[in-house]
Amino acid sequence: MRDTELRAMIDGVKNGRMDRRVFIQRMIGLGLSAPLATQILAIGGVAMAQSPSPYKPTKRGGGGPLKLLWWQGPTLLNPHFATGTKDQDGSRLFYEPFASWDADGNLNPILAAEIPSTQNGGLAADGKSVTWKLKPGVKWHDGKPFTADDAVFTWEYANDPATAAVSIAVYRDLKVEKVDDHTVRILFDKPTPFWANAFVGAYGCILPKHLIADYKGGKSREAPTNLAPVGTGPYKFAEFKPGDLVRGVINPDYHMPNRPYFDTVEMKGGGDAVSAARAVIQTGEYDYAWNMQVEDEVLLRLEKGGKGKTVYATGGDIEFIALNSTDPNTEVDGERSSMKTTHPLLSDPAVRKAIALLVDRDAVQKHIYGRAGLTSANYLNGPPRFVSKNTSWEFSIEKAIKLLDDAGWKPGSDGVRAKDGKKLKMLYQTSINAPRQKTQAIVKQACQKAGIELELKSVVASVFFSSDVANPDTYSKFYSDLEEFQIPMTQPDPALHMKRYISANVATKANKWQGQNFPRWVNKDYDKVIETAETEIDPVKRAGLYIKANDLLWEDTVFVPVLHRLKVGASAKNLKPVISGWANDTDNIQDWYRET
Amino acid sequence: MAGLTLASPSAERRSYSPRREMWRRYRRHKLAVVSAVLLFILVTAVVFGPFLWRVSINDIDFNATLQGPSLAHPFGTDDLGQDLLARMIYGGRISLAVGLAAMMVSVIVGTLVGALAGMSRGALGHGLMWLTDLFLSLPQLPLLLLLIYLFRDGLKAAFGPEGGIFILIVLVIGGLRWMPVARLVRAQFLSLREKEFVEAARALGASPLRQVVRHILPNALGPVIIAGTIDVAAAIIAESTLSFLGLGFPPDTPTWGRLLFDAKDYLDISAHWALFPGAAIFIAVVAINFIGDGLRDALDARRVI
Amino acid sequence: MRQYILRRLLIAVPSLLGISLVLFTVLALAPGDPFSDLATNPNVPPEVGLALRAKFGLDDPIYLRYFHWLAAMAHGDWGFSFVSRVNVDTLILQRLPTTLYVIGSAQLIALLIAIPVGVYAATRPYSIFDQIANTFAFIGFSLPTFFTGILFILIFSIKLDWLPFVYSTDLNGTGLARLGEQIRQAIMPVMVLALFQAASMTRFVRSAMLDVIRLDYVTTARAKGLGQRRVIVTHVMRNAMIPVVTLIALQIPAVFGGAIVTEQIFRIPGIGSLLISSILSNDTPVVMAVTFVFACLVVFFNLIADVLYGWLDPRISLR
Repeated sequence: MRDTELRAMIDGVKNGRMDRRVFIQRMIGLGLSAPLATQILAIGGVAMAQSPSPYKPTKRGGGGPLKLLWWQGPTLLNPHFATGTKDQDGSRLFYEPFASWDADGNLNPILAAEIPSTQNGGLAADGKSVTWKLKPGVKWHDGKPFTADDAVFTWEYANDPATAAVSIAVYRDLKVEKVDDHTVRILFDKPTPFWANAFVGAYGCILPKHLIADYKGGKSREAPTNLAPVGTGPYKFAEFKPGDLVRGVINPDYHMPNRPYFDTVEMKGGGDAVSAARAVIQTGEYDYAWNMQVEDEVLLRLEKGGKGKTVYATGGDIEFIALNSTDPNTEVDGERSSMKTTHPLLSDPAVRKAIALLVDRDAVQKHIYGRAGLTSANYLNGPPRFVSKNTSWEFSIEKAIKLLDDAGWKPGSDGVRAKDGKKLKMLYQTSINAPRQKTQAIVKQACQKAGIELELKSVVASVFFSSDVANPDTYSKFYSDLEEFQIPMTQPDPALHMKRYISANVATKANKWQGQNFPRWVNKDYDKVIETAETEIDPVKRAGLYIKANDLLWEDTVFVPVLHRLKVGASAKNLKPVISGWANDTDNIQDWYRET
Repeated sequence: MAGLTLASPSAERRSYSPRREMWRRYRRHKLAVVSAVLLFILVTAVVFGPFLWRVSINDIDFNATLQGPSLAHPFGTDDLGQDLLARMIYGGRISLAVGLAAMMVSVIVGTLVGALAGMSRGALGHGLMWLTDLFLSLPQLPLLLLLIYLFRDGLKAAFGPEGGIFILIVLVIGGLRWMPVARLVRAQFLSLREKEFVEAARALGASPLRQVVRHILPNALGPVIIAGTIDVAAAIIAESTLSFLGLGFPPDTPTWGRLLFDAKDYLDISAHWALFPGAAIFIAVVAINFIGDGLRDALDARRVI
Repeated sequence: MRQYILRRLLIAVPSLLGISLVLFTVLALAPGDPFSDLATNPNVPPEVGLALRAKFGLDDPIYLRYFHWLAAMAHGDWGFSFVSRVNVDTLILQRLPTTLYVIGSAQLIALLIAIPVGVYAATRPYSIFDQIANTFAFIGFSLPTFFTGILFILIFSIKLDWLPFVYSTDLNGTGLARLGEQIRQAIMPVMVLALFQAASMTRFVRSAMLDVIRLDYVTTARAKGLGQRRVIVTHVMRNAMIPVVTLIALQIPAVFGGAIVTEQIFRIPGIGSLLISSILSNDTPVVMAVTFVFACLVVFFNLIADVLYGWLDPRISLR
């Protein structure tokens, strides 16, 4: 498009020549959705209109208890040590970041007084600094005032390798300075178009300097606040039993009006997803349960005449089958799937395209994930402005057969195709998870009909996702021909999501398989596109680059995207949870209430 | 008091026709005979079933998901519309084979260790009991993960994917369940070896091996047989746990335990899915148990019928 | 006898050391990673996980890690959990009361069912009572607890709405009401476990009784005109107790070890659920602590069983 035209319009809004609403309407006229148009404005440097909060209660408290059921309970309550979402969710009841992502992928100010923009001077024109204005008058749970010092300290704390914080990568390549008591400036080394990573979302939670300063670095494990957090959040800490229970009580001095609604909050852990769904939807023992990885069929039956419902939030999580570019069965220098090999079967584009044709995404969506998934041809599925419209997918056994026939793969006596003595037999691995095993069964059957034999393998998730160098079954070693899993998008920006697949990131023995490019796909065009996008400040051009990157992945069939997965929760019927596909379930917990 | 009994008259009778004598006693146990027939039918069904019921085990049919029993699917279908009868037949082979083989491993190893420890009065006994304590304390899951990771590929290469996994599973399940048998057998041996009839045999110059095989072991078999039958059930279920952990057969192999596990979340929607594998395991366990009872009656040296 | 016990206790020290070495090696070699949750998080590059592994000493050679563990253990330091960064003893003590309460009562009830039922069934073999008891026992151990647990939930929580199925450690109320709630929420898990245990135990008791009841001396005692009850209790049971004592000694350590499946189903924060989550995340310090305490209990109760054999059958010579 119309780069210049769009930029002119954005400028128009910026200096007041054009009304925001008019801009958004014109964008909608061009076929964009309203949130998308808002986003273009936001990234283009226009102050974002505060997302209209539907919060109704008119006074603080009085809502009784809020009972949450997480089928994995939080094991620690320091957000910067949080390895899993469960820990982030638990910490987030007490700690708060500057801002969190709302359902549309917009920033919602929490500790920030306003969201930085070019207009309010928060964003530097060169993209190398961001200035956050913080709310005055916010107090820690122990009554001490919250100031810019706490934010600077949080950066120092997470950035110190001796602290062993998992959030270190978020704070590593930047500097944080205090401007005044309620202003903080973040400085980047190079232009950073996606500036909203530090101090936003799960790893953005601010820690109280006055309590933790003595426990920075090597002593981080000894801090009493690790077990009894003191934050600024809507609930004050009451009780914590690792893996079992987190309990909080209302913070009467909370900094947002009329919030929170509930008097106490309880997060119970343990069990499995199906029984969690039962406890919320069927018996109403609990108000909300997280991450309902349950077949839609089961959820639908539970919802009939039940006391609860399921709720969904769209983000960018993608469930895919990755195709190995290297040969997992040949060992070179003590390494299988070595970059010195090419895959004997999958190096033929026809085989790759045939496999893409044999994944019945519609059936997987309809019969396994149901409302929790959307079929997609793309690896990159959100936010909407980054989603390619140039791609397509279909399921057709006939076309796959024809493709293979034309490429010279002829069926043998056992029905398995072969060419030059190489049989179309492949190993298809994934982690253990009931829906994944069913997807495997569906794909295997379609492949069988087309003359491709798949051997299925499933690996315990903790082994599959481990970084254990000695283990052959990890996803990053990829000692199989195909593998399926999900990669989440934790923020509404594709930079980190797409950077994985540049050639420099290939997983090899030399980097202890820590490279994130596990399909070991190498494409010079892709490298160039990603490199340009990293520092491209122009939002429209940048979106175009990521769309191009997605299309390159699609052209080479690096992945067969199975489903664009949604976040699913189970909620009591009268509960109004605020969840976002771009944030943790408790990231907007201050806005939850019950309709009476 | 205890052990006033001398070697009972049956010992004499056994001397001229032990095998017929055993068979005569076994036949007197009606349930044992019925059970033997039942188990035979079960085994025949899973071995020859696929020739009669020629439906594929993994044909997915989304138009027929979670259906109750019907003519087309006598045992109904699962949530992918796969035929449960075919899956039960196929899975039965594995489950029965794994159950029986693993039971044999645990009973044989357990009896051997227990008997040796019960007869030995020195370091060997202590050593074997240490080994038993060690195995009792080993956390099974990490050990399983480790064993599978160490030996899976080697066994696969040596015996093929199915055979290798089968051997591994049988050894793993049997190898982790022999300890109670060993302790039970040892306890029985400690008590029995001091009994008069054993002393009598010893006085008559019976070698230790003969004492064990002819006199002590037959009297110690009661708990072993019970443990054996419980092990069959436990092995069938343990196999499903293994495959659920990705350590057993490939995920699309429908064993009885696996079917039961998959069905559990659908218990209130389609009970038939759980009913058939559950009943099959139950029938197999009951049959094996009564056969065990009958065998014990047949082997019981002291019992006169 | 005293000398025997003393000697066995002395032997227990090196044998426990040996067991701890094997346990540690198995755990250290077992595949897995405490930080696998980080794997697909785009905000956490893999080198962060790797640095954490190095910092927690996971990349050191196994013998070094073992000696560190042993040295710390000798000072009473159980180490800290990699996953929750909390001291291991705190974690275990937090979960111990619940485990003892739920698993302990289940084992107790199992015994209280199994011994009378087994004894009574053995005195009347193949009677109606015996047949019913046997059938229940077969059902009991051919159905796994993951199945009976869900069945109970469906019946008692969902259909009848009598019992809660999420175990809460944070009950409201005080005094009797709280106690009642505490009992109410434990009914289902205790029953599931107790039935499973009682099923196999009943079979063992019955078989052990049958073994003895048919012996000639029992017939003699009866012929002497002793009452049925007296014969059973004084003559038969004492001799039949040897296998039962063996089994009980094998079960008691499990009261500490917890019941993984049942705890998962009913969300009981016991040692079993701690153990499984720690195993799955390769949290070696926690797994090592739990299994080592478990090993000590195994060794100790097997020693007690051996001593009891001597008391039940005085002719057993313990050397």
